[in-house]
Amino acid sequence: MAKLILSMDNLVLKEIPLNKERTTIGRKAQNDIQIDNLAISGEHAVIVTILNDSFLEDLNSTNGTFVNGQQVKKHFLQNNDVIELGKYRLKYVNEGVAQAAQPDFEKTMVLRPDMMRKVAEHAAGKPPAETESGNLAPPVDLAPPIRKEPPAAPAGAAAVPPPAAADLPLGAIQVLNGSNAGKTLDLVKSLTTLGKPGVQVAVIARRPHGYFLTHVEGARLPTVNGAAINPQAHELKDHDVVELAGVKMEFFLRS
Amino acid sequence: MAACSDTGRVRSHNEDSILANAALGLAVLADGMGGYNAGEVASGMATAVLGSELQHAFDARSPSEVGNDGQVWAREALVDVIGRTNAAIHLAAQSNPKYAGMGTTLVMAQFFDDRVMVAHVGDSRLYRLREQKLAQLTRDHSLLQEQIDSGMLTPEQARFSQNKNLVTRAMGVEATVMTDVAEHEVRPGDIYLLCSDGLNDMVDDETIAEALSGLSANLALCASQLVQVANDNGGRDNVSVILAKVLAPFPANAEQPGLLGRMQSWFKK
Repeated sequence: MAKLILSMDNLVLKEIPLNKERTTIGRKAQNDIQIDNLAISGEHAVIVTILNDSFLEDLNSTNGTFVNGQQVKKHFLQNNDVIELGKYRLKYVNEGVAQAAQPDFEKTMVLRPDMMRKVAEHAAGKPPAETESGNLAPPVDLAPPIRKEPPAAPAGAAAVPPPAAADLPLGAIQVLNGSNAGKTLDLVKSLTTLGKPGVQVAVIARRPHGYFLTHVEGARLPTVNGAAINPQAHELKDHDVVELAGVKMEFFLRS
Repeated sequence: MAACSDTGRVRSHNEDSILANAALGLAVLADGMGGYNAGEVASGMATAVLGSELQHAFDARSPSEVGNDGQVWAREALVDVIGRTNAAIHLAAQSNPKYAGMGTTLVMAQFFDDRVMVAHVGDSRLYRLREQKLAQLTRDHSLLQEQIDSGMLTPEQARFSQNKNLVTRAMGVEATVMTDVAEHEVRPGDIYLLCSDGLNDMVDDETIAEALSGLSANLALCASQLVQVANDNGGRDNVSVILAKVLAPFPANAEQPGLLGRMQSWFKK
């Protein structure tokens, strides 16, 4: 479960678990997180938590709400974000990431339909009905979400290069003959296709442990250092010379 | 047509099931969920029951004929067969405690008469590459998609959400299921990709598009390379892909060398 760590002048004051759908922050006593300081508005901000995600919203406070130094109106909180209200800091810690360490904990979970109602209401900008008075019939058109698997680590990882590939020097090819002689191409993509479509094509896969050449189409297989490769993936070594559709090119690793 | 399914790098077993039959112009992909082996049972039932039931439906009547409700028969048959498959999975889940709560996503494509009828439930997807452009033809039934639709999250933010893997619809969870069915025209050169979320969570659209266009001459290699990229990026889930490439037009009113023979000629095996 996500939590907030409230601190001032690097002194930790308390930890607040985000176990409610709405956690309010402000100077007045009815707030879930009361900060009795004049720089804080009576109703300063609210954190809406939907399952494993939390959203921070400034409630038109006088002095504003800042996250990591930037003023925000509405913000999708990420692990280790620091919310600043006056001299106070609230660090957002979401330990959902740790659950990825138990990948085989596979449990189908059908969530209560009123969860979807809250999501819908929040999305529509309506204040959600109190859970205590939750005798509202769930809308029929919203089925409960079904958990397929435990949440994995944030999938933002998909957008960045695979971590293991970072250890591998960047590979590149340099064309040795023909009209493009001398040109180089860095192999930054996961898959780089080379050759002439319809004649002879090969692909170089950038993998965590190396670069692999594979035949795609054409009657002839590409050659590496003069010898035709197997139909299977062929690992390229520094300074290998690949010949494909009449074009010779050298593979090398940038150091 | 080419297909590839892999357990991935993290999970212990593969709960995805696939069925790709170029002769029938049919591709079905299901991503199961549920404890122990129940996920595999649910997705396996989905592909097996759908495959055989659809074959019966199209033996009786060609997909492009007009059905009982005035719509094209393929649409009616798909809705009907998916409903019955859902009921079968639901019944199995109810009657065997080991399978309680099991379910599966579904995405399927039935090619006929220069068209494709696409049906889906859950967050498995169908993409189309046409003239180098990748388009997602299905819209996930998931909490994240609903949050994106309502403006709470941008698609970019959604990549960082902790609420992955929450589907709002699945086969087998209830006695009936709402299915999205859509018809699209098909052009020669199109490439269709059916995939489980293990692919699109781990591989961005740009890489998918480049793989489809760059490796279109060798679909089997394209499928295995996509799975490989997903695994190299972490492989946190089972990864399944089915690829179908349209080689030539296939109108229903063409001279008939038999349904089977025609279908076989449309796709590369």
